[in-house]
Amino acid sequence: MVSCVPAPRRGAAFIKLLRAWCCFLIALGVLSAGPVTAQTAVQQPPPPSPASAAELREELQRLRQEFESIRDAYGARLAALESRLGQQTGAVTPPAVAAEAAAALPAPVPPLPAEPAPAAVAGQAQAPAPAPAPEVAVPAGAAGAGGPAGALPVYGNANAMSKIFNPDIAVIGNFVGAAGRNTIDPLPALQLEEAELSLQAVVDPYARADFFLAASPEGLEVEEGFVTFPTLPGGLLAKVGKLKAQFGKANTLHSHVMPWVDQPIVIRNLLGGDEGLNDSGISVSRLILNPVIFLEATGEIYQGQNDLFASHSRSDLTYVGRLRGYRDVTEGTNIDLGTSFAYGHNDAGDDTTTRVAGIDATVRYRPLRRAIYRRFIGRTELLWSRRGETTGDVGSFGTYGSAEYQFARRWFAGARYDWSERAYDSSLVDKGPSVLLTYWPSEFSQIRGQYRRTRYAEGVNSNELLFQFLFSIGAHGAHAF
Amino acid sequence: MKRSSVITSALAGAALLITVGAAEAALNVVTTTSDLASIVSEVGGDKIAVESLARGYQDPHFVEAKPSFVLKLNKADLLVVVGRDLEIGWLPALINQARNARIQPGADGYFDASLTAKILDLPTGQLTRAMGDVHPLGNPHYWLDPENGRAIAKAVQAKLSQKDPANAPYYAQRAADFDRRLSEAQQRWKSMMAPYKGIKVVTYHRSWANFADAFGIDVIGYVEPKPGIPPTPQHTLDVIQAMRAQGIKLIIVEPYFDSKTPNSIASQTGGNVLVLPPSVGGVPAASDYLKLFDTNISLLVGAIKSAGAR
Repeated sequence: MVSCVPAPRRGAAFIKLLRAWCCFLIALGVLSAGPVTAQTAVQQPPPPSPASAAELREELQRLRQEFESIRDAYGARLAALESRLGQQTGAVTPPAVAAEAAAALPAPVPPLPAEPAPAAVAGQAQAPAPAPAPEVAVPAGAAGAGGPAGALPVYGNANAMSKIFNPDIAVIGNFVGAAGRNTIDPLPALQLEEAELSLQAVVDPYARADFFLAASPEGLEVEEGFVTFPTLPGGLLAKVGKLKAQFGKANTLHSHVMPWVDQPIVIRNLLGGDEGLNDSGISVSRLILNPVIFLEATGEIYQGQNDLFASHSRSDLTYVGRLRGYRDVTEGTNIDLGTSFAYGHNDAGDDTTTRVAGIDATVRYRPLRRAIYRRFIGRTELLWSRRGETTGDVGSFGTYGSAEYQFARRWFAGARYDWSERAYDSSLVDKGPSVLLTYWPSEFSQIRGQYRRTRYAEGVNSNELLFQFLFSIGAHGAHAF
Repeated sequence: MKRSSVITSALAGAALLITVGAAEAALNVVTTTSDLASIVSEVGGDKIAVESLARGYQDPHFVEAKPSFVLKLNKADLLVVVGRDLEIGWLPALINQARNARIQPGADGYFDASLTAKILDLPTGQLTRAMGDVHPLGNPHYWLDPENGRAIAKAVQAKLSQKDPANAPYYAQRAADFDRRLSEAQQRWKSMMAPYKGIKVVTYHRSWANFADAFGIDVIGYVEPKPGIPPTPQHTLDVIQAMRAQGIKLIIVEPYFDSKTPNSIASQTGGNVLVLPPSVGGVPAASDYLKLFDTNISLLVGAIKSAGAR
């Protein structure tokens, strides 16, 4: 009780003494550094040769480091002593000890017996730092010119942690060139057809979000932008936003994952052009579990404003349904079958509707042991459209068949045949074959050439060579199979 | 007579139902690779069902996100992944479609085996794709160090005990048993490799960093010029030069890579191409985690002896 009162005063006095001692040491350090430089300068008459200048610099450097290490060591010791004092309020630090410490520094101070104090003088002390601060090396060339020396502490966040909640960002460039003659549906000679920006991240424990913004010569548009709820009860998977409708196969593919430069004619003729069926709406799908095959049913509702459908009132919604079956035949071979249906109002009249039904079939072969060198994908889609015109319904049919074969790690060869009537007049048929060659410099870029011969319904033949450069930067999420 | 048979069949039916119920109650574990499946099965024994998505003879970077895998993930109670972005190209799409809240990243049933493992090749500084298909989170082939196998088993034991506390003593006992057998095996492997400590080799991909670290092998070059980039003529010449200069006689190739370039390098340098499975099931003999090392080390020692390489 009694000793409690004077103790803080004694502690304060001790700290004052220590501070004074440290200041003295620092001053001594500065002074000693000064004379040494001066002496050396006198010994080497001006102008100093480059070699002597370098020596001087080295000497200065060494002294500075020595001084800094002494200062750091004492600063740290002081801090440690202060904290000790703070902890033992009431514990006795006799003034004699303080005086002794002041007089005998850098001799070991009794309260800190483990401290290797003499080493501090030698400038090698490992000062007890509170926490090791991250450090970076001084950039080459910066040292020695009066700039910082040795390792620098890093302030703030030096690593990618500061960006951890940013979405995965990627940009995919799709450059298409065309040569040859086409008077019906010409493509520009050279064009950056699309720059797709993708932003993908998890929203919260219940949802993730994907945005695909497509900048094209027509402007910037949201190609897709939706939230996915992967953890709904009842085995449901829901997507809400602007989506590519789950109709067939080609319609669901972004342009950079299509195995061709262009969309098949049937998609353009019967499913609303290059954009395909792509609209704002809600998609819900469910697995139908059974021991035989993978079976997935999808139901979707869209607002009804897209290249295929046109709604005149709020109730003119578009409905899309799909049933997909999949089965592994062997570990490297599988079959993927689907049937799709879409219904909505069209732009022919006030109450005209379009119905489209489709069947798609895909066979894949990819031997697991040679997975990076060989694969084959054969695919066909058949579409039937019944488009209401003011004069009556028009039934049209179209199809394509395509095959792609990987014959080397970076090389793919492919072919496609198109045949399709036009949605508004089934007597008009466009058809023709394509052959393709694709080269992948890496997973992140590809170069493709496509020879396309089309016989249009107008009786015009076109022979074209299309080529495409696809290149991707950033982190682009994995694609659905 | 009839009545008793009805009762018997009813009883049999009930027994069957109970058995089916019990079988379904077992923890359903899915792993991305066969190595993890082997370790999980060592710890989980018959109290769990475990299945791997990728096969051991398949490049784990390039697995297809097949819908049949969606079905497996749909039923999984626990998903064990290699992590470090190894499965980045295919697993996220599968988890998304799995309609299974238990195994979503961040959920209780999503388990990254790399968290307690020793990870090598952690990149420092700026990363760009100009370096090839680099793994920003370090070398994901870490299971090829038996010490990491031990760490994975320990972490798996904790995870299984947490998911299924009733069987925790069983898992602890199995994990301890695995640990003991692994330690014994490690002694054996170390002594087999001891005469060849510091041996220099060339590998195809950077799959062997942890294996080399564990057994004192010095990987001085790769057939791939950069990770994921197929061999180029200039780089192949460089490798041949380096092998000749340092007297290296061994090229280690994973079974899923084309052996054409390694063979031509071998013929130019008088070396041997050695196909080593990096994963359980990569060759039939490597049927579990311990046998994977047994196989690789005896193949390696045999090849070193036959090549006369020191």
